[in-house]
Amino acid sequence: MEWDFKGGVPIYSQIIDEMTMRIASVAYEPGEKLPSVRDLAMDAGVNPNTMQKALAELERKGLVFSERTSGRFVTKEEKVLKALHEELARKYFEEFADKLRKIGMSGEDIAGAVKKWLEDIR
Amino acid sequence: MARIEINHVTKQFGSLTALDSVALKLEKGQIVGLLGPNGSGKTTLIKILNGLLQPTAGNVTINGMEPGVGTKRVVAYLPDRNALPDYMTASQLMDIYQDFFEDFDRQKAEAMVDDLGIDRRQAMKKMSKGTKEKLQLCLVMARQAEVYLLDEPIGGVDPATRDYILKTIISNYNEDAVVIISTHLISDVESVLDDVVFLKEGKVVLHQAADEIREEKGESVDKLFREVFKC
Repeated sequence: MEWDFKGGVPIYSQIIDEMTMRIASVAYEPGEKLPSVRDLAMDAGVNPNTMQKALAELERKGLVFSERTSGRFVTKEEKVLKALHEELARKYFEEFADKLRKIGMSGEDIAGAVKKWLEDIR
Repeated sequence: MARIEINHVTKQFGSLTALDSVALKLEKGQIVGLLGPNGSGKTTLIKILNGLLQPTAGNVTINGMEPGVGTKRVVAYLPDRNALPDYMTASQLMDIYQDFFEDFDRQKAEAMVDDLGIDRRQAMKKMSKGTKEKLQLCLVMARQAEVYLLDEPIGGVDPATRDYILKTIISNYNEDAVVIISTHLISDVESVLDDVVFLKEGKVVLHQAADEIREEKGESVDKLFREVFKC
């Protein structure tokens, strides 16, 4: 897993996106212990304060939780993980629909095209 | 009290004003980028913090003390050019650091020297330019200091070593220390910085959190730098 940061976006929000993706794609499994802030910061090549800030935000969102002495873990709550998948799917649909609307397709056109595409790849 | 306080420091060399009423407070627990083009006053400011130059007006304090014996104990300084006796080997230089600095961690220095493939028995003057720089950085970063003043730490080394150095800075980071990195190679360091200070013709033109810059301006620190210092 490689970290790759873009220029004009705050690094902490890019870390949140990457970690969210890792959790959603079970690169980090439910209940798995996360590496320490310092190790994650070193791996990503970022400031430990920035990593800390991103993890605090993931905690606020309920995707990770801390145990006072033993570190941070990925949530085991299925509800939270299901909501995360729905949220991500919605985000991808939006990006995708946005592009198709730009080339002049209506909602109906898109629905039809998706259906056809799914049949084609089957 | 901030770890480092720079109170309206002006430095003149004859008719040239190298620093013009620079005022900065730097708190512990931060990695700060001191950024500016060549000749903007970065090295002058770092030398004043080390007591190697005296300000024409204003003053600086580190832990409330003016630069001197008391501050040298807690400040690890990487100068912009080699100041070590170059007839000595890496091993002998580690001996010197061990004698001079109570906070020098010999084991850590040896581990870094080995990681970077530096021959401990080779005299410094026989090393390549990049290897000399690596060795100096190992010595400085192996101290458990409260202030690290790194003047162009990544200027002359290859990208792989650059990554290693940045990782060393991150792994060495602690809540009680402040790290100041002066450089004009911004894209390489910007992801490790908390705060950014832009120096332009001896004046501070910006002091802001790096992520705040990205958030507010929607561009990287590197890009902003290119705009501010456009020739």
